[in-house]
Amino acid sequence: MNKRPDELAAQGRRQFLLKLASASAIVPLGASVSLVALVENNNEEPVTDAVRWGMLIDTSKCASGCDACVRGCNEEHALGDLQRPQTDSQWIRKVEIRDRSSGRVASLPLMCQHCENPPCVDVCPTGASFKRADGIVLVDKHTCIGCRYCIMACPFQARSFVHEALSNQKSYAPRGKGTVESCTLCVHRVDEGQGRQPACAEACDREGHEAIVFGDLNDLQSVLSKQLSASGGTQLRADLELNTGVRYRGL
Amino acid sequence: MRNLCQGLIVVMAAAFSTAVMGSQSLSPTLVIPDSAGDACVEPVDVIRRQHSRFLFEQRDATVHQGIRDGNYSLIGCVECHATRDSNGYPVPVNAAGQFCESCHMFTGVSMDCFDCHATTPDSPP
Repeated sequence: MNKRPDELAAQGRRQFLLKLASASAIVPLGASVSLVALVENNNEEPVTDAVRWGMLIDTSKCASGCDACVRGCNEEHALGDLQRPQTDSQWIRKVEIRDRSSGRVASLPLMCQHCENPPCVDVCPTGASFKRADGIVLVDKHTCIGCRYCIMACPFQARSFVHEALSNQKSYAPRGKGTVESCTLCVHRVDEGQGRQPACAEACDREGHEAIVFGDLNDLQSVLSKQLSASGGTQLRADLELNTGVRYRGL
Repeated sequence: MRNLCQGLIVVMAAAFSTAVMGSQSLSPTLVIPDSAGDACVEPVDVIRRQHSRFLFEQRDATVHQGIRDGNYSLIGCVECHATRDSNGYPVPVNAAGQFCESCHMFTGVSMDCFDCHATTPDSPP
């Protein structure tokens, strides 16, 4: 039952090679692509830093006044049930910024930026705030004591505190009173594999704006990386050197 | 004095036997509702004693490492053990008399899983 680490490693290698063999046997031309898909779909092995999930948000495509992404997120995670805007959790919000000199207004969705060096993780006294190997910053609510240091530390005000007892949570998105929460990059969809996008990106596409591109920052062949290398993307508060996983264009 | 002690012992013995009898008469009130599947993921004596450990271990692997295909997911428990009401809607597993609640109430062990976790399956009736 209990295996030594070297046995586990050997077993992991064996499974990896078997899968590699089957992938290349089935799709000889697209071996690299199917390999990535296999890694994403594998829920038996821990996630690795071979992948770093991120987003590119094109503010020129993001329509002012549209909140489809916010509604999509709220619906996916059963947020905003209490109808109390002052205290209801916001995992994603729409922000309008105006350039003082030119008067140009840009509209953008703002959520957890999934930093490589997350301040929320630095300040968490219990280790509840953590970054997964694949770059997704999460709260382990089993360990969270609700101190809210992370809320103060986040430069993007991306985190919310659950003030009241909740009911009717989704099975894949447990939420409860006394804990901090924020955008999970729809980690349940990511772990599912199948190339599913986060709910906000899906909602934006459905609305026809296609302002949010989700993908693997480490995979140079991903649509996200190609768009970033072609036209670039800026990080919010780049001066803090957090190396955010969410990038913006047109700010 | 000796008589007093003997009397006390008799009274205590009577009280003890009443307590034992009481707990015996309580046990038939523990009714665990039927579950959907044919068998649990572990033998009944194992899962009764160890389910919290199984759940804790899988929970840490899922939250921190994204391992989601183990046998011991709370979602799996709820899917199997949530009963349906007369209209076919699932009844929360922590409602009075339901699978999780009835046993935890009987043993006097509080559980806080369902402060956060869904108490019914996501799937429609």
